[in-house]
Amino acid sequence: MRALSWAYLAIAYAFVFLPVAVLVAFSFQDGRLPVPPFQGVTLDWYAKVLGDRDLMAALVNSALVAAVSSLIALILGFLAAHALARVRLPGSVLLRGVLIAPMTVSYLIIALGLLTVFNQTGVRLSLWTAGIGHVVINLPLCFAITYAAMGDHQKNAERAARDLGAPEWKVLALVSAPMLAAPLAAAFFLSVTFSWDEFIIAFLLTRFDVTLPVEIWSMLRSGISPATNAVGSLVFLVSVTLVVVLEVFVFRRAKT
Amino acid sequence: MTAGVSIRAVTQRYGSALALDGVDLEITAGEFVVLLGPSGCGKTTLLNIIGGFAEPTSGAVLIGGRDMAGVAAKDRPTTTVFQDYALFPHMTLAENVGFGLRMRGMAKAARDAKAAEMLALVGLEGRAARRPHELSGGQRQRVALARALAVEPDVLLLDEPLGALDLKLRRAMQDELKAIQRRVGTTFVHVTHDQEEAMAIADRIVVMNGGKIADIGPPREVYLRPKSLFSAGFMGEVNKVPVVGGKSALGPLAVPDGVLCIRPEAISESGALRLGPCRVEETTFFGTYLRAHVSPLAAPDLRLVVHLAQGAAPELGSVLDLGAQDFVVLEA
Repeated sequence: MRALSWAYLAIAYAFVFLPVAVLVAFSFQDGRLPVPPFQGVTLDWYAKVLGDRDLMAALVNSALVAAVSSLIALILGFLAAHALARVRLPGSVLLRGVLIAPMTVSYLIIALGLLTVFNQTGVRLSLWTAGIGHVVINLPLCFAITYAAMGDHQKNAERAARDLGAPEWKVLALVSAPMLAAPLAAAFFLSVTFSWDEFIIAFLLTRFDVTLPVEIWSMLRSGISPATNAVGSLVFLVSVTLVVVLEVFVFRRAKT
Repeated sequence: MTAGVSIRAVTQRYGSALALDGVDLEITAGEFVVLLGPSGCGKTTLLNIIGGFAEPTSGAVLIGGRDMAGVAAKDRPTTTVFQDYALFPHMTLAENVGFGLRMRGMAKAARDAKAAEMLALVGLEGRAARRPHELSGGQRQRVALARALAVEPDVLLLDEPLGALDLKLRRAMQDELKAIQRRVGTTFVHVTHDQEEAMAIADRIVVMNGGKIADIGPPREVYLRPKSLFSAGFMGEVNKVPVVGGKSALGPLAVPDGVLCIRPEAISESGALRLGPCRVEETTFFGTYLRAHVSPLAAPDLRLVVHLAQGAAPELGSVLDLGAQDFVVLEA
């Protein structure tokens, strides 16, 4: 029975990680195709990828879009959560629902909606428009995470800050936000990983400058090669690093 | 810095509930006033109104002669010590204590010096670099006090500041609070439901009930000469005997009509107002006194609580001839 449960565990993990392991393994393939048989180890594909101007530009674009859109989503989400947690507004349940609702809408629908709006209003597609799309998908996430973390503990400290003469923006900047540092960081890093990986919105809302997933997609159109595996591995490495940073510096510290 | 507080006909309504009902109160500069009463009596509401956390439905609050209508909490010459301390967990003690000074634009070096001075005042010298979670409950409350006093408010408001501490620590902190108040000279308005705490620290006690002031005066006066039955009962145990036309259940008593109120410790065998022979029903030793339940022979259904001397050891069922040294007669 015990052996069976270990086997189940192993199979479950294999199911999740085998594709990633295969992707990473064949990024070192010494041959033209990232398929078995494995023909030896080389770093040529990484050299090729890292030397590819378009790819590197897309990588920088992705990082920029992820960082800026996440920061905006975080600030907007935090302010909305703070307002709804602290101030009694008419219909605050409805407001909360409407803020979280975009989570349930598929990215494709959001992208198409935004595309229509941008076309109608004459806004030209760019990294900015993709960034706006990412704010739309990450705002509900940032809102939900920070809203859930707000408690009476902060409320009382905020009251004390006001009592000591702090104007409202200083209450937010010096007391509310630092007291919520862990959930704010969690919301930010999760947003960054979502934005970093996101394809559909970035694909539909960018034109000349594109993000990394869009660039990879156009690489794939000209056929698979170990180079795409190398890019995929690099993307995966960045995501893993973010999650590890989050775990070590945010969640672990929050527990103590 | 210190200032008086005038509360004039302050009424606070929450929907149909009346939290404060036309409260008038004059607090002199430098006074230590305790608002005492059961939960829901309006004492915290009154404190919030003085601090600017709530606007009264009607009436006025003046601090140092200045009308506070429309003045936000951050702009009032008041600071508050909260029951749950409300320290900033992400700041050191020096940053916590210096926060109000920082909001007033004081430079870092100056406010660190002031914070160190305030921490020394509350007995936490040399801990400026610590963080609140490293401290015990009593120490956190001291930091909250230092933080509120650092900005030299005219009036310090204390919202059940000792409520979360255990009894022994609470008694120790009371003495300290009183000493600090004497030293800084700031007007203290302190809310509590603990009448012993009120007596230990107050210059004047304001007993509140149902949104009104039930009694007001120095501890001795409020305890010994209460002006209302509520106040008499809230300040401590009291024996109540109704008297009509000089007659009572105990027999004729030479007191005006009303309710005769006698503290248990005011009853003894030598008391001047004779209560007549009473049978000892039950005794319990309390250390500093012997607490006895007695019933007068004239009224066997009536039970009086009497504090006898520590050395007294009356047999159960024995009869004592008792009298009251001190009493008040209040309107029913």
